[in-house]
Amino acid sequence: MSRTPSSAGFVHYLRVVVTPLPPDEVLLAALRAGDEEVFARLLDGWSASMLRLARSFVSTAASAEEVVQDTWLAVFQGIGRFEGRSSLKTWVYRILVNTARKRGVREQRTVPWASLSTDDGPTVDQSRFRGPEDPYPDGWLTFPKIWPSTESEVLAREVRGVVAAALEGLPARQRVVLTLRDIDGQSADEVCSLLEISTANQRVLLHRARAAVRSHLEQYYAATTGGAS
Amino acid sequence: MTCAQLVELVTAFLEGTLDSETERRFVEHLAICEGCEIYLDQIRRSIDEVGRLRAESLSEETRDRLLDAFRNFPRDS
Repeated sequence: MSRTPSSAGFVHYLRVVVTPLPPDEVLLAALRAGDEEVFARLLDGWSASMLRLARSFVSTAASAEEVVQDTWLAVFQGIGRFEGRSSLKTWVYRILVNTARKRGVREQRTVPWASLSTDDGPTVDQSRFRGPEDPYPDGWLTFPKIWPSTESEVLAREVRGVVAAALEGLPARQRVVLTLRDIDGQSADEVCSLLEISTANQRVLLHRARAAVRSHLEQYYAATTGGAS
Repeated sequence: MTCAQLVELVTAFLEGTLDSETERRFVEHLAICEGCEIYLDQIRRSIDEVGRLRAESLSEETRDRLLDAFRNFPRDS
């Protein structure tokens, strides 16, 4: 496997075909019995998102990898005591968040979870809308432009680069929520429980993150299509 | 509902968490406003594009080390 140390190498654009995992009872029994095949499937299925989640708390990719490793070791130790009050995945990810937070504090990179200051205000530039004197106040001044399809592989790759950069540029809380929701496909409830945030807060973070990605894509398409309408 | 209001409700709409009256006004607005229809479509496209990203995987060394650790972890039975 080739690995690049630069941040540009942080995201690999692979679509992994994932076979659904068995239900929690089956997974738990297999882990407790030492079923290596099941463990390998969990490791391969979850590590990518665990790495990205860890990366939101610690400063380097290597550090994130150690967080994921320490998380699994803690999972082996605790699996006998796991009572199934949450899903297995939520339990594992909570251990990850705690491990990553502790490490982030040591590295003096703390994610300001309590701060809401950057989560206020509109997500679309207000100059896009008509003023109060207009017959249609707060209506679009000009409609957003329809984006071209990304059928060509070259364009698709460029678009993924734009999206990856947009994700990297998000405030940590938004990045974590967007990652869990739209890359990992976790439910809103799972994310709230994992990050210990309210439903409303989760939605605000997701909303701002998605709007930011849209805005980056809009700028990209405007630049590449030369503003043709 | 204005366009500026609608764009701030798209996530709640997609999550299905709008109250029924607000959702009705949202859908009514959408039906007559091309700009907002395009905007919502762009949000959906953005969600799809984000979903195409995968984080990098664990290094082979770490993966092997964890598989070893799992194999050798002391178990009761």
